Amino acid sequence: MDDVDRRLVNALQGGFPIAERPYAEVAKMLGLAEAEVIERLAALREAGVLSRFGPMYDAERLGGAVTLCAMAVPEERFEAVAAIVNGFPEVAHNYARAHALNMWFVLAVERPEQIAATIARIEVATGLEVLNLPKLDEYFLELKLTA
Amino acid sequence: MTAPIDETDRRIVRATQAGLPFVARPYHAVAEALGFEPEEVMRRLQRMLDARIIRRIGAVPNHYRLGWTANGMSVWDVDDERLPALGPKVGGLPFVTHCYRRPRRPPLWPYNLFAMVHGRDADEVAAKVGEIAALLGDAARGHAVLMSTRILKKTGLRLGD
Repeated sequence: MDDVDRRLVNALQGGFPIAERPYAEVAKMLGLAEAEVIERLAALREAGVLSRFGPMYDAERLGGAVTLCAMAVPEERFEAVAAIVNGFPEVAHNYARAHALNMWFVLAVERPEQIAATIARIEVATGLEVLNLPKLDEYFLELKLTA
Repeated sequence: MTAPIDETDRRIVRATQAGLPFVARPYHAVAEALGFEPEEVMRRLQRMLDARIIRRIGAVPNHYRLGWTANGMSVWDVDDERLPALGPKVGGLPFVTHCYRRPRRPPLWPYNLFAMVHGRDADEVAAKVGEIAALLGDAARGHAVLMSTRILKKTGLRLGD
């Protein structure tokens, strides 16, 4: 990643234009050529520096629902339980964390009533209790990571 | 309540949720694949952006690949009366990327405020958590920091067919 890549990533965490030639508009703003912007973004995506490039949809505003769940998984069963949990398409992210509650995952579903049903299925499949910690209020949400 | 999106929108969501193509006219390419007019695709994307169905359009960096390898979920047991005033202050700190109020689940889980802190190493996360502690003062009765040890899955929302 060079300085131009960093400028691109920092400039494009939002605000990509909806226009006939959006990469050309970005290129003009950064003093680059359209083809260079396209090539660099494609290379960053290919290399995995960008996990996605495009519209970020809000599951709740699409009519769906999202919640954060936690489980205390016995260490000797951790890998097997992770495989079961990850096998649910409703599980959008799953992180191992250093705590008695050592598995934290996000459920994202298309219809709100699927949250309770999915949690019940995960509890049956794993034999473990799932703590459901839905968002009650949001105090901020913005990507502020600099490259 | 009216449906937030119709079937045409859904087709556009499905065609773009994994990303935009890296071609000079990406919205035209999406429109062509769906058999829609480019103007229709752009108009509907703009409506979804205005309605905040689309949070933003742009790059989602993999923070591990940018060197932000330490991520700590700091969780706090904050006085319910004082949380509405303090929550936005914590969420407004430049290094807090996500900040939510969530339910306590006593006795296992006494925490009601979640603030995600990213850093280049565990010491940097610890220093930032110290800043949150200073901001909350005696409104916080306890806290913990759950460092991520491994990403087990990361795919994001996917609309089915």
